[in-house]
Amino acid sequence: MASIIVDGKTYDATDGQNLLHACLSAGLDLPYFCWHPAMGSVGACRQCAIVQYQDENDTRGRLTMACMTPVSDGLRISIDASNAVEFRKAVIEWLMLNHPHDCPVCEEGGECHLQDMTVMSGHTFRRYAGNKRTFNNQYLGPFINHEMNRCITCFRCVRFYQDYAGGEDLQAFGSRSRMYFGRATDGVLESEFAGNLVEVCPTGVFTDKPFSASYTRKWDLQSAPSICASCGVGCNILPAERYGRLQRVHNRYHGELNGYFLCDRGRFGADFVNSDERFRQAGEKTDDGSFIALDNEGAITRFAAALDAGDLIGIGSPRASVEANFALRTLVGPDRFCNGMSTAEAQLVDHALGMLRNGPAPAPTLKDVEQADAVLILGEDISNTAPRAALAVRQAARNESLNMAPPAGIPTWQDAGVRGHAQDARSPVFSATPLQTRIDDLATRTLHVPPERIAQLGFHIAAALNPDYPAGAQLNEDHTTFVRDAAAALGAAQRPLIISGTGAANTSVLEAAANVAWALCNTGKAASLMLNVPEANSFGAAMFGTQPSLDDALDMLERGVARTVVILENDLFRRVDRARLESALRQSNTVIALDSLQNETVDHADLVLPAATFAECEGTYVNYETRAQRFYQVFLPKGDVKPAWRWISDAARSAGRTDLAWDHIDDLIADCARVDAFSGLRAAGTQAGFRGSANIRIARQPHRYSGRTAMDAAVSVHEPMAPSDEESPFAYSMEGANQTAPAALMSYTWSPGWNSNQAVMKYQQEIGGHLRGGDPGVRLIERGTTLPDMMRFSPPTADTPTREGLQPLAVFEVFGSDELSSEAAAVQQRIPDAYVILNPEDAATLGVEVGAGVRDPAGSARFAVRIDPDVQPGYVYYGSGLPGGWTNTPTAAVTLERDPEYQPPSPDHNLIMRG
Amino acid sequence: MRCSRAMNKPLTERIDAAEGSGGRVSLDAYERADGYSAARAAITSMTPEEVQGVVKDANLRGRGGAGFPTGVKWSFVPMGDAAGPGHKYLVCNADEMEPGTFKDRYLMENDPHLLIEGMLIGAYAIQADRGYIFIRGEYHDAARRLEQAIAEARAKGYVGDQVFGSSFSVELAVHRSGGRYICGEETALLNALEGKRAEPRTKPPFPPVSGAWGRPTIVNNVETLCNVPAILRNGAAWYHALGVGEDAGTKVFGVSGRVRNPGLWELPMGTPIRELLEVHAGGMQDGFELRGILPGGASTDFLTAEHLDLPMDYGPIQAAGSRLGTGTMIVIDDSVCIVDLSRNLQHFFAQESCGFCTPCREGLPWIEQLLADIEEGRGQPGDLELLEKNAEFIGAPGNTFCLHATGAMEPMNSALKYFRAEFEAHIEQGGCPLRHGKAG
Repeated sequence: MASIIVDGKTYDATDGQNLLHACLSAGLDLPYFCWHPAMGSVGACRQCAIVQYQDENDTRGRLTMACMTPVSDGLRISIDASNAVEFRKAVIEWLMLNHPHDCPVCEEGGECHLQDMTVMSGHTFRRYAGNKRTFNNQYLGPFINHEMNRCITCFRCVRFYQDYAGGEDLQAFGSRSRMYFGRATDGVLESEFAGNLVEVCPTGVFTDKPFSASYTRKWDLQSAPSICASCGVGCNILPAERYGRLQRVHNRYHGELNGYFLCDRGRFGADFVNSDERFRQAGEKTDDGSFIALDNEGAITRFAAALDAGDLIGIGSPRASVEANFALRTLVGPDRFCNGMSTAEAQLVDHALGMLRNGPAPAPTLKDVEQADAVLILGEDISNTAPRAALAVRQAARNESLNMAPPAGIPTWQDAGVRGHAQDARSPVFSATPLQTRIDDLATRTLHVPPERIAQLGFHIAAALNPDYPAGAQLNEDHTTFVRDAAAALGAAQRPLIISGTGAANTSVLEAAANVAWALCNTGKAASLMLNVPEANSFGAAMFGTQPSLDDALDMLERGVARTVVILENDLFRRVDRARLESALRQSNTVIALDSLQNETVDHADLVLPAATFAECEGTYVNYETRAQRFYQVFLPKGDVKPAWRWISDAARSAGRTDLAWDHIDDLIADCARVDAFSGLRAAGTQAGFRGSANIRIARQPHRYSGRTAMDAAVSVHEPMAPSDEESPFAYSMEGANQTAPAALMSYTWSPGWNSNQAVMKYQQEIGGHLRGGDPGVRLIERGTTLPDMMRFSPPTADTPTREGLQPLAVFEVFGSDELSSEAAAVQQRIPDAYVILNPEDAATLGVEVGAGVRDPAGSARFAVRIDPDVQPGYVYYGSGLPGGWTNTPTAAVTLERDPEYQPPSPDHNLIMRG
Repeated sequence: MRCSRAMNKPLTERIDAAEGSGGRVSLDAYERADGYSAARAAITSMTPEEVQGVVKDANLRGRGGAGFPTGVKWSFVPMGDAAGPGHKYLVCNADEMEPGTFKDRYLMENDPHLLIEGMLIGAYAIQADRGYIFIRGEYHDAARRLEQAIAEARAKGYVGDQVFGSSFSVELAVHRSGGRYICGEETALLNALEGKRAEPRTKPPFPPVSGAWGRPTIVNNVETLCNVPAILRNGAAWYHALGVGEDAGTKVFGVSGRVRNPGLWELPMGTPIRELLEVHAGGMQDGFELRGILPGGASTDFLTAEHLDLPMDYGPIQAAGSRLGTGTMIVIDDSVCIVDLSRNLQHFFAQESCGFCTPCREGLPWIEQLLADIEEGRGQPGDLELLEKNAEFIGAPGNTFCLHATGAMEPMNSALKYFRAEFEAHIEQGGCPLRHGKAG
């Protein structure tokens, strides 16, 4: 720790950190553009000029850029010195010379960093009388608008897109005052992190295209802290609403998890909340198969009547909250509650959970991932299944360059210097996956082999690290080299990280990953084990146990042991064989589906109940690191939509049950917390009664929120009552706490003078550090209770027997493989057509080539053919969950045939191909 | 030592002697005049540190404009194991784009082996195994001549593996620039050489520690390196004695503008401006009077008639408020409108801004705009103050990322200092007094 003296006052600062970081951490206001807390300094904009003094006798000082000057103990600087103030004013005046001043029609207006800095720097009068430059804008795809005239050339976009996120198709072009940031030609921005440009750009060059279709000023958006529902990472988000629509999603800073960035699946996928497939009233199926609407009371009565039959079974869901699953489990009893995953997936997820619960290697936070100094990836294509984690691995690969910098006299925050000095030097990343991934470019070595072989590699690596671990079958020379090099890199690391997951659908892959992590732990390394799970609450659902399995549940229906089935937020057609499921549902007396979007399961139900989405209720998801995180209601849903747990509770009460008589979600949470695994559940969020220091609720709306009394004037001129909220500490009001509340409860980011998302610094303990009062959520498993004996798994004894037909393996797409985000209109434009990838030999046998089509003669699935020698003969890889393909995961070998009717998509379709 | 004959024009004497062959010095002619003897001796009989020592003692200063002592620069390169594994680079900055400057071109086109020998010695002194000549894209002849000369030297075993039969190996290559003034800035040059945007880099790291491809790198100007062979051959004392003022050696000076005899001359450091102008350049053309000079290229401050007795040495020119720069002066006569000239210069500098930092990227075009307004009769009261304030903020070293804009403001600030009345007259008269009748 060092002390610096700023305008005569002494502040603590981290020695060697840059002065801009130090001043902002000290709560001082100093304007900037090109610096970004996650991307460091480059010294381009010159906005953060300060005066630096030699000593206490120096009264003149020297103008210098705070972002490029290191802190040293006793350093004297001034932000307020007149030459610094004048220079900063000049810089903003220069930046504004060509800016179009189109704030009234700009999506960024009201949360524009350029506006804030212009005001902060005191530039109020325009003296430039020349013409402004203009540019042509580009089509950049369904997510991002481009308005280059607004650009102030801070370089943040390309620094994020290329340097931070590894994208290649956004570039800086031209020079002098005609710098252009865009693509070589119009086209979809390829990176799945392109959406962050919206928040990285300090003004309105890159804006949120779906949002801009009906944009609203930030100050008119209503918001609450939430959790992304699109994968198992659990990024913290700020969904924002107006006029009953979820208008957009912004990043919500989390110091341990997503930091400043989201992936585009999360950012643009949440729009499923507004989907036309939403139903907002309960419905009962009539004899002709159509639904008639039920009102709330009618629906509760009908649901309660079905409960009276007593032969219940409940099927939960890994995409439903812990609370909703718990409510259903309480309703049907633990012995009749299935967690809703396919039997195979449930076993994998449960196995992964057991590894974290019992093994010595903890799950890493994403911050831990970023700090890993060697990474081994086994089987999981996180670039498609957990993109934000892949972005963290990209930063981990940079650690070698950060190590190289100090000996060359380069501060680690001096971004361009660090990168230029290190060139291609990277920390070791070894990756063995079925196919190429989008982080292969940063890997030391990659192998593309089927899951069975990936498992073998893992077992061998563990054995190479620690001979007590069994190696299993012999490997070929190339794979032996991979094993040797990976083991050497992991063994030399201080903080090695093993990444795997359920994506490869292979138990041995998980076990091999655990063996490597534990072998490292046993040699004293601080190794961590990231096991990715498929959905937002996979671990949460798994914590309720795996018995009965989904197969058991269907058996019970088929055998008549159960006749009434309640299906919670789950399209079972994505999980089990269609014929089997249809048969089981036919056997049932009553099928009750609670869900938010129409789907095949809903179509097969007798009673349908409209459930709230994550944006419309409170709940908790448990992420890959077992972090339980609460999301809060952002806005009141229309119609009879209510939280699934509330439907269950209401029906149970109506049926005379008292054990589900929860008045509020906090009551339910208190009950749920009695389940061992969920003892930490209360701490995952904040109870409704919380009122903070000023004894007031937390406002969902910013101070300037407007139109509350006018919004519904077309319906009624009477001023509506503001909705009351008994479920959370938030208020449907602009009155209330924001900045004085714990930062984990920030419903929007704002601070005086800081209207943009840059205001998040005011909620942090230190720039880029933890949130004030701690980062959200609680890890339900902090570190496994290491068993007394060294834990290890044994390699499978025999190779998978060869089968007839092709062995199917799901591969994943950022856009299309996830169920809910695929219902978002913008995301749908990025979803590829269903495809299979074949080895050239198998393609030749089938008589198909790239661009041809194949179909599954056993069903209606049709696929475009891709060919890749990385696919081993005898396998067929297929894009998981893509429309037109297999809806569920085939469990046995499949047969394919050429599809003579196949029409290749138009060339502008499928813009984003794998890899 | 090893001295067969002492030259007093070590840079151009061979070119003068080759007048019969159009001033082009062949490898034969070069070697007959002791060519490559200095490199051979240095590489086969001296340590790198000894070579650095001689150049340091000679006080050879960078001829690209900054005047940094070359031997000192070389001594910053980590040697032996301290350098770590990988290449080290010597890069010759031949991106001669300073307006009014054409001295490096003259040396490279006419005596390419002199540069190659200088690079061999420089590379040996820092133990670089890779040498690049980063040459201005428009210098086709010079690039061809250099490539041919490198091939000739390679054929003789002077370039490549084990040069002169020693254990030292160095590869040389010519890299043609894509064509930006900023590539003359050494770190922007290195970025361009790496195939990146030609934007300057932050220091630290300094190139001797982390330069091309993150490896120790020295960037030297063409003329600087051309001085090295004679220094090695004749020694530091001899080199000191060549200068007539405080700086050592000779320099290729140049004069352009309305003088009788514009051109280049190798003269001792410290030659007075007046001698350059009146003796070598033959004085002003009839009917024109001298108003000022830009002593070291377009990015140096104006000097005026009162400065003509200054010696062309780094110190005295700096003391007078300008810079020696490239030593190739632009002479401004009384037919030139200073406002129009300034506008032309600022147009150049605004065009050549790399676009990275704000004051340079946005400020220079505004200055150009203000000058255009003043020149064309749209000037307003207050414009000069605006111009001055902009120039002050843009011009102060450290306010911008590199020194491009600082250099751009040198002729601007000094024009306002010496010729302010002319700017005022433009505004008062609603246009350029020299273009009488047009404005207004």
